[in-house]
Amino acid sequence: MSDTVLNKPTVSASPHIRSSETSTGIMLDVIIALIPAFIAAICLFGPKSAAITAISIICCVLFEFISRKIMKRSNTLSDLSAIVTGILLAFNLPVSIPLWMIPIGAFFAIVVAKQFFGGIGQNFVNPALIGRIVLMVSFPGAMSSWTNALAWHRDDIDTVSSATPLATLSELFKSRTIDSIDASSLPALQSMFFGHRAGCLGEVCAIALILGGIYLIARRVISPAIPAVFIGTVAVFMFIASKGNIYFTLYELLSGGLLLGAIFMATDYATCPIRLKGKIIYAVGCGIITAAIRLFGSLPEGVSFSIIIMNILVPHIERLTAPRAFGEVKEKKSGSKEAKQA
Amino acid sequence: MRGNASGILHPVARGRGGVAVSHNKNTKDCEVVRMPAPQRVVLPMQQHIGAPCEPVVKVGDKVAVGQLIGDTDKFVSTPVHASISGTVISVAPEKIANGRVVPAVTIESDGEMRQFEGIEPPKVNNREDFLAAVRASGLVGLGGAGFPSHVKLNYPPEKNVDTLIINAAECEPYITVDYRECIDNSWDILTSIHLIKQYLGIKNVVIAVEDNKPEAVTELQKIANQKADTDNSVNVMVLPSRYPQGAEKVMVLSATGRKVPPGKLPADVGCVLMNVASTAFISRYLKTGRPLVSRSLTVDGSAIAQPKNVRVPIGTCIDDIIGFCGGFKAPPFKVIAGGPMMGISLVSTNVPILKNNNAILAFAEGSARIKPERDCIRCGHCSQACPMSLTPTNIMRYVKANDAEKLKKASVMVCMECGSCSYSCPAGKPLVQYMVLAKNIVREADSKK
Repeated sequence: MSDTVLNKPTVSASPHIRSSETSTGIMLDVIIALIPAFIAAICLFGPKSAAITAISIICCVLFEFISRKIMKRSNTLSDLSAIVTGILLAFNLPVSIPLWMIPIGAFFAIVVAKQFFGGIGQNFVNPALIGRIVLMVSFPGAMSSWTNALAWHRDDIDTVSSATPLATLSELFKSRTIDSIDASSLPALQSMFFGHRAGCLGEVCAIALILGGIYLIARRVISPAIPAVFIGTVAVFMFIASKGNIYFTLYELLSGGLLLGAIFMATDYATCPIRLKGKIIYAVGCGIITAAIRLFGSLPEGVSFSIIIMNILVPHIERLTAPRAFGEVKEKKSGSKEAKQA
Repeated sequence: MRGNASGILHPVARGRGGVAVSHNKNTKDCEVVRMPAPQRVVLPMQQHIGAPCEPVVKVGDKVAVGQLIGDTDKFVSTPVHASISGTVISVAPEKIANGRVVPAVTIESDGEMRQFEGIEPPKVNNREDFLAAVRASGLVGLGGAGFPSHVKLNYPPEKNVDTLIINAAECEPYITVDYRECIDNSWDILTSIHLIKQYLGIKNVVIAVEDNKPEAVTELQKIANQKADTDNSVNVMVLPSRYPQGAEKVMVLSATGRKVPPGKLPADVGCVLMNVASTAFISRYLKTGRPLVSRSLTVDGSAIAQPKNVRVPIGTCIDDIIGFCGGFKAPPFKVIAGGPMMGISLVSTNVPILKNNNAILAFAEGSARIKPERDCIRCGHCSQACPMSLTPTNIMRYVKANDAEKLKKASVMVCMECGSCSYSCPAGKPLVQYMVLAKNIVREADSKK
């Protein structure tokens, strides 16, 4: 054999095969999972939902592109994460929002929360939620003027403002009249399930969000732990708070942004713990804070704040739940035992 | 540890992590063919973990197959024998697959493959004789590790080893030589098992096979039931096919439920692990006295014209073996000694096969997929894949910060470099390399103290 040195060998460290999964593929899965809720938003709130979503995506992508350029960093648009942030930000806005406010939210989401901290994977809080919260505290009026679902079909477009179910629930709880829930102005439970109620673009249609969640779990993009524990914790607290009123509990679960938050926002990789034990603690925390804000706070909704607060605690949760390596035994315990024996 | 009615054992515990690699056992039905003697062989004096051998022949010596050409009096080492008959043409350093240059003996063939006259079956009456015989045979772990078998079997009696695990998992993709060993030489495997049981006094034996090799399970079980096994102490265990099932610590956990602590050996939890091909060799050696001078390996991959399982004299040049398999049918983009998960990619194919090489894989452009590297998205797939419960993404961060303290706290020394983290990373991070760097940082910090 004559060949001594390979012609153009590729020499690299093992492993020489890689899974087919890519960051872009994961983000694409999230986008696919958000499509049912997007379709629901258009059906429920009209074509303006599509415009809001499009503007939000365009703003996020532009801000990502420009800020990376200015900071002399590589172009990361192809990982699709800016598009995911754009969709999620739009889903957290009411349909009546003046369009010029969207770039402000997108700026805080992409530039301040994400790129200032190093870009994808480095942000310590969920970018879309920061965008939403900035808009919420800056423009409380615009951010809490609700339009009834399907109002756009009738002539009275954009004029019917109504209280969200959450606000009604909060009033019922605070006035201790939970038992009169049937007589209240709440939509029927089925309407809640299909999204026929007032609320943000992407949060109203429970069935669409659940479909997306099932897709993400089936594709192993997210683990079911965070959504299940988050929603479960809220359910337990609401059940106890309402002294066992199952209707009140169900309304609480289907209202506000709980499903959107638990399935799509709390599960953001960069801002949730990596391991199962940490995920459970994190999700319980989200649930408790959400329930506390909803029941006792002055705001009707607490999902955004609960996720942001738990995002900040993630490094501590990770440290407390750091796993032991294979075969390692707890040092403290054996040490104290030995000390006792000595 | 008793088998159930069908005699098949199920794993006692399930390890965490691991990855589902595609198996690609294309050569599983290729019986091992013997390659004719090459023109020359290069026999490095270190083909094992431990001390290198000293050459005991000089240039111009005539040697025959099985003749001792290198030995040492160090314990953790194993002798080297001539794999072809002919003349010693050089005793000088040569390059081996991992790029290192090591002392070696080069033999030019006389084409006769004459057996060495002094070969006779060793006389074995007790444990000491048995271990001496295993050492004299030149046997090392044939599954890839290359650890001297006599050292592994010579565990201190106070370790109370009660379980012998025969590792036939073969969890690396493509490789099928251990599978062929199970199908073709199952009697040798069982004979060896009873010899080891007899001389070392080990009670239970588990032959561990992944569930993607049902034929091997059937064959081994047939033999296990036939062979004089009155107390039903030899059983076949079927393990889930999940890489790295064949890794020592993972295998011990699956087979016995015991966890080998960091820095310890399986013997510390009462287990001895032997590769299935190494095991089969022991009984052949005790019967014939012919030392380890050839081995089987899988030659496969998209660039190989005729994928095969071949038995080659140790020290055969990889070029010659690829030539025997029809050469390259496409320009080789990457050639690997070993499996695709842990093998070494070669700069040159002009290097000899060592005792522990179990495969040569050559891939054409495109089939050796490498993802572009992107930023970590903290998805945690690496930590889910790690069979040792490490968090590679954090370790990567600590390496970048050169933080030895944090690396030590993260128990990075437990890493066995199986490659599951790099394999699963959607951002294409070379995580195993960071793990290797991390270990170096910890070692350096320790040596400074």
